[in-house]
Amino acid sequence: MAVVEELIPIKPKPSEAWNVERIRKDFPVLSQTVNGKPLIYLDNAASSQVPTMVIERGAQYLQHEHSNIHRGVHYLSMKATTAYEGAREKVKRFINAREAKECIFVRGATEGINLVMHGYGRKFIGAGDEIIISAMEHHANIVPWQMLCEEKGAKLRVIPMNDAGELLIDEYEALLNDKTKLVAVGHVSNALGTVNPIKDMIESAHKYGVPVLIDGAQMAPHGLIDVQDLDADFYAFSGHKMFAPTGSGVLYGKARLLESMNPFQGGGDMIKSVTFEKTTYADLPNKMEAGTPAIASQIGLGAAIDYLNIIGREKAAGYERELLRYATERLTAIEGVRIIGTAHEKLSVLSFTIENVHPHDIGTILDQQGIAVRAGHHCAQPVMQHFKIPATARASFAFYNTKQEVDVLAEAIEKVIEVFS
Amino acid sequence: MSELSELYQQVILDHNKKPRNFHKLENANRSAEGYNPLCGDQLKVYLHVEDDQVKEVSFEGSGCAISKASASMMTQAVKGKTKTEAETLFSEFHRMATGELDEEAEPNHLGKLTIFSGVRDFPARVKCATLSWHTMHAALNNEVKASTE
Repeated sequence: MAVVEELIPIKPKPSEAWNVERIRKDFPVLSQTVNGKPLIYLDNAASSQVPTMVIERGAQYLQHEHSNIHRGVHYLSMKATTAYEGAREKVKRFINAREAKECIFVRGATEGINLVMHGYGRKFIGAGDEIIISAMEHHANIVPWQMLCEEKGAKLRVIPMNDAGELLIDEYEALLNDKTKLVAVGHVSNALGTVNPIKDMIESAHKYGVPVLIDGAQMAPHGLIDVQDLDADFYAFSGHKMFAPTGSGVLYGKARLLESMNPFQGGGDMIKSVTFEKTTYADLPNKMEAGTPAIASQIGLGAAIDYLNIIGREKAAGYERELLRYATERLTAIEGVRIIGTAHEKLSVLSFTIENVHPHDIGTILDQQGIAVRAGHHCAQPVMQHFKIPATARASFAFYNTKQEVDVLAEAIEKVIEVFS
Repeated sequence: MSELSELYQQVILDHNKKPRNFHKLENANRSAEGYNPLCGDQLKVYLHVEDDQVKEVSFEGSGCAISKASASMMTQAVKGKTKTEAETLFSEFHRMATGELDEEAEPNHLGKLTIFSGVRDFPARVKCATLSWHTMHAALNNEVKASTE
């Protein structure tokens, strides 16, 4: 594969229909058997699989381009820097940021949120201030804010949701006030699949001059993101949930905000000059990227974006919508199955319980059929508390899953019910 | 579903459906709470110990089929045993579940508890089977909380 860092055009050939069998060939991991059965990978919301194009890009870097970035005047260091900054440029286009320097490379969405907590929260949020999150947040978008509230004496306010798993927007509007200093909310719920109306929510917050952080970990693999159209102040997502290696991820922030913030970590690469008396910090994005980053992984993220652009993000999203509709229909028809999360707007995630069967037993029995689902609280224990359940089983889809796989899942669920009846 | 027979045997499914000694023990003089942070399983084990003997034992809580059935069979196994005998069973069960004890090669007191030997092939589920035993062990030793971690 040639080393191309130039941008691959976003528009795919429009005429072709979605050829899932051809797409599946791009993902070597999918061709294996598990417990003697063909692997059916339905745990994409936890981590997605990696296409050959991304694997080869990472290997190419490690074989021919590896060196530290932003430092050397030598050939390899320049090569590595070009590739790494090329990936940032791809991210910029992927989310339609104004400038590449607004895209900070982080370890994943969790680190992105923690960056905002340390850099923005600890500087600008104080005693008596309020932070608004929602009832369906992942622990990654709850715990950092609790830590900040504890440290500063600020208050955490929670937007409630209804039993379909939809946020009560009127209640949200009522929570906003002059003490609100930040809104942190998920674009798509990892436990329920709900797509939140974040554009409207951001607009409401801005009426109070409140910045909004979006946890986009579950949106990035499945939909189009336009941070300028959303007017998001911060937007965090993980590479490993969007077909790139672990250790890659992005925190987008408006330049004005990132510039006003404290650095996240201190160290190499984030400074202009250091003396024992005073250090001046580097400009964005380096100010927020201390130390040697996960260079190969972030270059892999750039390649994953190329891959998504080649296959067509809108086309993939359309296929996934139909797959979720079909899976919802199949599972709803099984007596004893309860779908958790029935919001009008949903993406990719199908959480469910089976009457009188614990989700961990479901998970083990499905695994014996070669089907990978997640069983547990999905790092969203408050969501489980809302629905008064200990856990759910969760099937989460990507564009390489098929209706046949959904059929096998439905049949296996019927077998689970049979075993436990 | 033959490949599952090792783990989800009829006896286990039966104990899951109709757990034995599944209630609070009013005259308990020892009890402990067990928690598996990995999956959220929670249970409480009650003991009535007199003259170094487990006179009565019961449990309450929620969990998967493996943890519920294991708790149910634990109560049956431990009832009437001396403290030392109960501790021996705890140790043998734990070693069997983690694959350290081969119940067919090494003499032991496990009896029908050996139906749980299959969990050793399911590393993610070992703690489900051992949670109630850890909790019984904690109660026996006057500890209030047990954790699989």
